[in-house]
Amino acid sequence: MTLPLFGPINDPGPSFIQTLKQMGRSPFDLEGIVKAGLLDVPHGTTIVTFKYRDGVIMAGDRRATEGNFIAHRRMEKVFAADRFSAVAIAGAAGPAVEMVRLFQTQLEHYEKVEGVVLSLEGKANQLGQMIRANLPMAMQGLAVVPLFAGWDLIRETGRIFAFDITGGRYEEVAFQTTGSGGRDAKGVIKAGLMKDNPLGLDDAARLAVSALVEAAEEDSATGGPDVGRGIYPIVASVSARGFEYVPEETIASISSEVFSTRRGIGGGQ
Amino acid sequence: MSMPYYVAPEQVMKDRADYARKGIARGRSLIGAIYAGGILLCAENPSRSLHKISEIYDRIAFAGVGKYNEFDQLRVAGVRHADTKGYAYSRDDVDARSLANLYASYLGQVFTHEMKPMEVEIVVAELGRGSTPNQLFHILYDGTVMDEDSYSIVGGDSDAISSRFASAYRKDMNLKEVLAAAVTALAGPERKLTSNELEVAVMDDSNGRRTFRRISGKPLEELLG
Repeated sequence: MTLPLFGPINDPGPSFIQTLKQMGRSPFDLEGIVKAGLLDVPHGTTIVTFKYRDGVIMAGDRRATEGNFIAHRRMEKVFAADRFSAVAIAGAAGPAVEMVRLFQTQLEHYEKVEGVVLSLEGKANQLGQMIRANLPMAMQGLAVVPLFAGWDLIRETGRIFAFDITGGRYEEVAFQTTGSGGRDAKGVIKAGLMKDNPLGLDDAARLAVSALVEAAEEDSATGGPDVGRGIYPIVASVSARGFEYVPEETIASISSEVFSTRRGIGGGQ
Repeated sequence: MSMPYYVAPEQVMKDRADYARKGIARGRSLIGAIYAGGILLCAENPSRSLHKISEIYDRIAFAGVGKYNEFDQLRVAGVRHADTKGYAYSRDDVDARSLANLYASYLGQVFTHEMKPMEVEIVVAELGRGSTPNQLFHILYDGTVMDEDSYSIVGGDSDAISSRFASAYRKDMNLKEVLAAAVTALAGPERKLTSNELEVAVMDDSNGRRTFRRISGKPLEELLG
């Protein structure tokens, strides 16, 4: 490797992707991608995000499916994008995880080169541009549809952004879900949120797990809490304190609580 | 037609070195020192926004003196190198030694081939982990690299500062002690430096994956007090 120096005319600035392009290592180089037919690759399924009293919650199940069989049971779909934001992924697992890695690097790169952190909206736009750059892959069945949420340090509030496969960016008022079990999860979250009485962290984690349990019951591609193997959904919060995972033991006890309260209702079904 | 004068290569190199040294001597100095809990980087710098000390990667920091635009260009190249390498391979594969070598070969190249040498002197610091020790790479304007396992002093008045710092420094000092020693050495006998004239950063393992942390404002005053 040589020292990446650029003249003032072709300097890539604080953009990591532009730097990679200038060095001939573009991550969106599509040469060699199969041009015919849809690819059958692992897909991540249900992710949810909503606002709670101190910021935002981001949660996801652990299953990845390939057609009708289970590809991975322990996949992680919720990531810290940086200290004050979280990104969760649904869709083709390979490109999605790669996109998260690129996104994390991009945010840190900007911060180091410029000496200041990108605004939350700036981060959301960056992610939107990456999704748009992935559009040719999406047309091959490798769509990536993340959710992005974080703590806006300027406005001092939690904010949520959803995307479509063309990179379209939509700010949400209170919640959003995506993935194959997203619709089922959305119903639970909608019923559990009250405008005048925002949830505390414990209640918010319970709502997230309930939503994912509901999705797992109705959607075969979503994995519920797996008590036998000790695999539980991942729940994280972003607040003025930054990104924090809810500890696995907490999720485990919430999961068994959710199961026990559900047993009566619809239990015969 | 005029004939170019013959100038001995020794003279060319000496002139260039003098030129670079003069440029570096115009600015204030900085100290990089290993202490019991990590690595301290402390510079005399009245500016709040034009930094001499910066984060390169999880366990690597950069400090430079001399001409601001020149060492800042090196800093940005370092960030690009580290991020590209970490993205292409893994975060564990990014190390200060390879970056120091790149800086050295670039500075050496500029020193011998360009019109004017770069008027910079830099330190690349790496926080050790497990069996790898803490390290400081001190790189001169002509590409000379020195690796040091206790402290590095760069800048114009480095000899005087060095002798002051050497008498106070011990490797097992804590942050408060090593900072006090560094500030006293930078100030010299006649002056007293306040927190507004200092740029201070540390790398230690209390800060998670990204070990670099700036100390300024109130926390710095408390540490100096």
